[in-house]
Amino acid sequence: MTVSIIRFGGSNCDRDAERALAHLDIDAEIVWHEDGLPEDTTGVVLPGGFSYGDYLRAGAMAARSPIMADVREAAADGVPVLGVCNGAQIGCESGLTEGAFTTNESARFQCEHVYLRVERADTPWTAAYEEGEVIEVPIAHGEGRYEIDDDRLAELEDEGRVLFRYCDENGETGPDVNPNGSKHNVAGVLGDRESVAVLMPHPERATLPDVGPTDGQGVLRGFESEASGV
Amino acid sequence: MTAYTATVTVRLKRGVLDPEAETTKQALERLGFELEELRSADRFEVDLEADSADDARERADEMAERLLANPTIHDYDVEVAER
Repeated sequence: MTVSIIRFGGSNCDRDAERALAHLDIDAEIVWHEDGLPEDTTGVVLPGGFSYGDYLRAGAMAARSPIMADVREAAADGVPVLGVCNGAQIGCESGLTEGAFTTNESARFQCEHVYLRVERADTPWTAAYEEGEVIEVPIAHGEGRYEIDDDRLAELEDEGRVLFRYCDENGETGPDVNPNGSKHNVAGVLGDRESVAVLMPHPERATLPDVGPTDGQGVLRGFESEASGV
Repeated sequence: MTAYTATVTVRLKRGVLDPEAETTKQALERLGFELEELRSADRFEVDLEADSADDARERADEMAERLLANPTIHDYDVEVAER
């Protein structure tokens, strides 16, 4: 099994993802977007960064690069796909997930640790947690405010497609613990399948014990459970 | 074929928060201007050759649909003029 971490021009969390996955003994390699998706890929990471300088909108250019057609096809076949930060923006721009991540309410780049409440524990990305568990991971983004039509958000919530919400250390959500003004504190959502997920916070930056909390490991273990057929 | 300029204006849908516009508004107020509200938009001027104005408009529409605008948060309009 090899997970493909797709490197676009301007990706900068690709190596972080590679090291984090290696720490968890998950085989992964960085794939340059022009080389196309390897046929035998067992998972896809859309890493963080500033692909194409965030021109037009964050993620807009990368979402329309040819390799994303391969990624959408793989996702439809059940290959697990995880978009992190800029990868989450790319995921939404490419239609893998619904909604949009746009300018923070503060209009500033925000780099800080946040708490997330795990909304569902029955997905590959959250199987390592309990429902309602609070995890600590960092964010680093200027365009992370989750925006979507109110009615559609209600439908997604009914369908259980919200995976993580920003919260305080006790798991309480609300405007005071919403770092970017996301609707209903949404930090991460699922696509049509549970095997497709995007989130603005960085689980790969909360995986190596040397750099702080390791609460993000469980998210990356989503690739592990898929490979072992769980 | 005729030379046209299709002007595509992309703006946030009504009700979608625009923090950059809000920051700009506050900066204008600090300069002493009085204003009620400020909205920002992106404008793309696309020069193209087309058989007719309708053809030019149709192509610019598709550009907006497929890249220039994000339908989740944006509305857009297209104006076509001969160049």
